[in-house]
Amino acid sequence: MNKYAIVAGTAAALALSACAKKPPETLPPAPQPTATPAPAPAPTPAAPVPGTQAHFTQMMSGRDTIYFDTDRYNIDSQDQVALQSQAQYMSQYPGIRATIEGHADERGTREYNLALGERRANAAKNYLVSLGVPAGQLTTVSYGKERPRAVGSNEAAWAQNRRAVTVILN
Amino acid sequence: MTIRLLPLFLLFAALPAAAAVQQTPPAADPPTAAAPVGAAQAQPEPQAEEGGLTGSVTDESAWQDLGIAIPAFATDRDQPTAASAGSTAALGVELARVVYNDLRNNGLFRPVGPDALPRPTFPEISAPIYDMWRGRSAEMLVQGYVRGGADGMLTVGCYLYDVQLQQQLERGGWVVAPADWRRAAHKCADLVYSRLSGEDPFFDSKIAYIAETGPKDNRVKRLAIMDSDGANHRFITNGQSMALTPRYSPDYSKIVYLSYQNGYPRIFVYEIGSGRQTLVTESRNPTFAPRWSPDGRSIMYSMAVAGNTDIYRVPAGGGGTPVRLTDSPGLDVGGSYSPDGSRIVFESDRSGSQQCYVMDADGSNQRRISFFGGRCATPEWSPRGDQIAFTHIAGDLRVAVMTPSGGGMRHLTNGWQDEAPTWAPNGRIVQFFRTERGSGEASIWQVDLTGRNERRLATPVGASDPAWGPVLP
Repeated sequence: MNKYAIVAGTAAALALSACAKKPPETLPPAPQPTATPAPAPAPTPAAPVPGTQAHFTQMMSGRDTIYFDTDRYNIDSQDQVALQSQAQYMSQYPGIRATIEGHADERGTREYNLALGERRANAAKNYLVSLGVPAGQLTTVSYGKERPRAVGSNEAAWAQNRRAVTVILN
Repeated sequence: MTIRLLPLFLLFAALPAAAAVQQTPPAADPPTAAAPVGAAQAQPEPQAEEGGLTGSVTDESAWQDLGIAIPAFATDRDQPTAASAGSTAALGVELARVVYNDLRNNGLFRPVGPDALPRPTFPEISAPIYDMWRGRSAEMLVQGYVRGGADGMLTVGCYLYDVQLQQQLERGGWVVAPADWRRAAHKCADLVYSRLSGEDPFFDSKIAYIAETGPKDNRVKRLAIMDSDGANHRFITNGQSMALTPRYSPDYSKIVYLSYQNGYPRIFVYEIGSGRQTLVTESRNPTFAPRWSPDGRSIMYSMAVAGNTDIYRVPAGGGGTPVRLTDSPGLDVGGSYSPDGSRIVFESDRSGSQQCYVMDADGSNQRRISFFGGRCATPEWSPRGDQIAFTHIAGDLRVAVMTPSGGGMRHLTNGWQDEAPTWAPNGRIVQFFRTERGSGEASIWQVDLTGRNERRLATPVGASDPAWGPVLP
């Protein structure tokens, strides 16, 4: 069981690097400082429509996804920050619906990972609900290990794949 | 697809008669009171003996080097057939090749196939030229014939001879539709395998699995089926929605599997004859990991409610109320019935990590059986009842077996990621799928209980989640 320690250690380290990796994906429009996302709807011509998935991912700039340690599903402080941003966004567009996709890394058996992904998605959902997002507006779906984001077979890739992603349903 | 396979008492009798019409009566006595194929396999089920197997399959060493000659099957008259080979003479070669590959691929025999052997004439099939085969160092000889009938059906006969003793050991015959000619060859291989090994047959059986294509992060996963040797491959679903974890019903008429058909994972029953698909149980919650009960009357599955997964059972016919079998706060997943249907082995992480547990079929008497370190996942009860195959996770994922009480654990494979074992109908071979590090390419492999005879099955595309069905009647 020394594997636990190693995995937890690297995963913690990777959680940081994983966040550092996010921004490049959503470079184009420089979003306002992360602290208080008060998106005064400034409709530039090509900007995504507020309340849509495109707008959500742009505003979240990486905070649409939270990451987990191996076999874990607890919401750590970093996850809380991300989920708080998500909840704030949703409170600005009441009535929008979202689904939370739960995922696992490839180093487990297929069916267990389906169950694990569902557990992770629910952990995220429960936290959002605790922040005031109506439970009826949130659904969950697990993809187990079937939809990796990072395709490598190493700790860095696995850390990126143990995740729950919030997706706005348009 | 109608598969009719008739044990052939009358056709043995018909053989010399038909042959007489065709001017070449077999020299040997016409086998009138032919023993049906099944006679060699009627042994009592050894019931869950603890510590049963210890690394060797019966008297393996004795037949490891057994030379078996399998020349082309003869035909009384070369005639066109709807079978793929085109004519009965060409089909005779194909039949022998299938028998040869069956016997070669399980690693227990050293057969020689039709491409390296002289072809016996039709009369020789029931009267082998022993001296010639002894000269070729064959200890066993498998000869057969194929005959086209007026109705388009094929009659295939199969004989096993002991060359040293100059004795016929076994014979069988079957009438098959041309499209099912391979089944006759598998029946012949089963007859030889059973007679020589003392084990139950398994070649004439099918496998449901998941065919995988495309890049690792966007892989298409389709339900597919094939024969036990990988032939007669067929895609069932078109890949628009992800399919996973199929299981053949005990009578092969249906497949239960997981589909993301409407965007969310649910278990469906697919009827092979009609192509009709039905939801197993109406639920707002994800359902997965479906399994048939041995009698085919109920389906066990896993369902996640608010993130927690438990195991349920529902009548297979639909309409019944699900019965909840587990209620731990951990993830209780999958499962496999004992052959008599009285118990279930399943996995749960209620102790903190995936471990294997056994319970009675009604959910009572749950107790953990895996205490050997690492994790225990995807347990599958052997059709013989004496072993449970599972995925052992300790760093890498490997296929292992243990007794139903968790003793005698040993690894059968040593891959980076080998998982989800499924048993051959005779409980002597296990198939599983292996994932390649990096690419994530999946392929189906099989290994016998010694762990020594491991080979990859040829599939047209990537393959995972094999589920081996029973021997066909």
